Amino acid sequence: MNTGDTAWVLISAALVMLMTPGLAFFYGGMVRSKSVLNMLMMSFISLAVVSVLWVLYGYSLAFGNDLGAGLLGNFGNIGLKGVIGQLTGAADHQTPVLAFVMFQLMFAIITPALISGAIADRAKFWGWTLFIGLWVTIVYFPVAHWVFAFSSADGSTVGGWIANNLKALDFAGGTAVHINAGAAGLAVALVLGKRKGWPKEPMRPHNLPFVLLGAALLWFGWYGFNAGSALAANETAAVAFTTTTVATAAAVLGWLLVEQFRDGKPTTLGAASGAVAGLVAITPACAFVSPLGAIAIGVIAGALCSLAVGLKFRFGYDDSLDVVGVHLVGGLVGTLLIGFFGTTSVNSAGADGLFYGGGFSQLGKQAIAAVAVLAFSFVLTYVIAFVVNKTVGFRADEESEVAGIDEAEHAESAYEFGAFSSARGANKGSVTAGATAVLEGSNKS
Amino acid sequence: MKLVTAIIKPFTLDDVKSSLEQLGVLGMTVSEVQGYGRQKGHTEVYRGAEYSVDFVPKIKVEVVVDDNQVDKVLEAVVEAARTGKIGDGKVWVTPVDAVVRVRTGERGSDAL
Repeated sequence: MNTGDTAWVLISAALVMLMTPGLAFFYGGMVRSKSVLNMLMMSFISLAVVSVLWVLYGYSLAFGNDLGAGLLGNFGNIGLKGVIGQLTGAADHQTPVLAFVMFQLMFAIITPALISGAIADRAKFWGWTLFIGLWVTIVYFPVAHWVFAFSSADGSTVGGWIANNLKALDFAGGTAVHINAGAAGLAVALVLGKRKGWPKEPMRPHNLPFVLLGAALLWFGWYGFNAGSALAANETAAVAFTTTTVATAAAVLGWLLVEQFRDGKPTTLGAASGAVAGLVAITPACAFVSPLGAIAIGVIAGALCSLAVGLKFRFGYDDSLDVVGVHLVGGLVGTLLIGFFGTTSVNSAGADGLFYGGGFSQLGKQAIAAVAVLAFSFVLTYVIAFVVNKTVGFRADEESEVAGIDEAEHAESAYEFGAFSSARGANKGSVTAGATAVLEGSNKS
Repeated sequence: MKLVTAIIKPFTLDDVKSSLEQLGVLGMTVSEVQGYGRQKGHTEVYRGAEYSVDFVPKIKVEVVVDDNQVDKVLEAVVEAARTGKIGDGKVWVTPVDAVVRVRTGERGSDAL
């Protein structure tokens, strides 16, 4: 066992874990003050639900030996059977399989959490929780198998079709995580419908410092996501770390420049969003492109995503926090641009893209992988969300939405706006209605 | 006695407060309020979507004064709150029937 590599994989797993609470704050700051707790909870509950399912059967479905055709893992590792004590990796770089299990768990946690941004302010909590359980089982675990499960060199275990048969490149999850979550976000937003008053009523972000804090935590955690995906403390990890940094920086600039030209002001929300768009786009490409290629991917992603977030107004779907505009579009940008900027000079396991004399072959593979994941995720997510809504209920009723989903679903409010209601009733077990909703109406037009 | 109510720009509060202190006004009540007049609101942009914010933050200052002080107080508040730009606010005066100091029960001017 290589202790240096093992330490890096474990630290990376912890870094990726931090992304989910980071995402919660990124999203939480963007909603109105009456829904921030629900927004945070939609991410946090993913840590709880997916961790349990992952150990029970999720890891096995994603990384167990292939059942056939590269579509799904088998049940051989149910309850993490046969995992403890096993090592994985090349001869001098072996790490415990269990470290890989935990690293990949964090990806399975954040992917459904990303979807929650599409349905801010209006989802029933238990409906969402059930949705997460079904979604990771039916959508994420199979797609993770397609993309992340590599066949072992000796052929003893067989992996997924995108990684091994198609040979599309996706280093850290542009397809499995971001296109997947983005397409799912669109489907869920369509099933749940628009928020009352959208898009006429202003729904301003209530705490932009939270948004920037969340984006910064995401950026930090993303080093585990991307550089950690090397699964070793090596040159590839350093390349991924470098491209991740510079693409994100370039995307911030790209988004802000579009804002300056279009709206006349560079915004905090734009900087935070640009960073996330850059992180998303470089995710699949981070180990396969040069630092200069990463700058190009970042600028393109930042500018395109900042334009793409306007699509929802044109087509009339309430993707509240732009999961489509940032994750679907950013994921597509990164996945497809490998077909242009990919170069084996950075990583022999990669491929040469169009700009490096590789022709259209890699671009075609990238497009097939992107479309396959997009279509699979969109269709199945639509069905899952529809069924959840018709059975246990997914969309909150209008009264809960107006009063605020925090109060309706959690019987809590994030902030104490008035001091008058503070402690009364606390000892008697009775609840005194607070002054929570008073300020909420103040920005109505 | 009269109640003088002033709606002013938040950053002028310190000036208004010190000029009232100089006049010997012994107390005041201040609240954060929102509203608009001819100034209307302003526009904010989030991810390219424009939102017009109709109600802008203002400060409401309330002081109860003797009838003979009203003009001086009005003048002092207006002087201190004026920037000459749109949105400086308004001041109005209303009659007050009775004032009681809670601690002593004193009434009228003695309670001010």
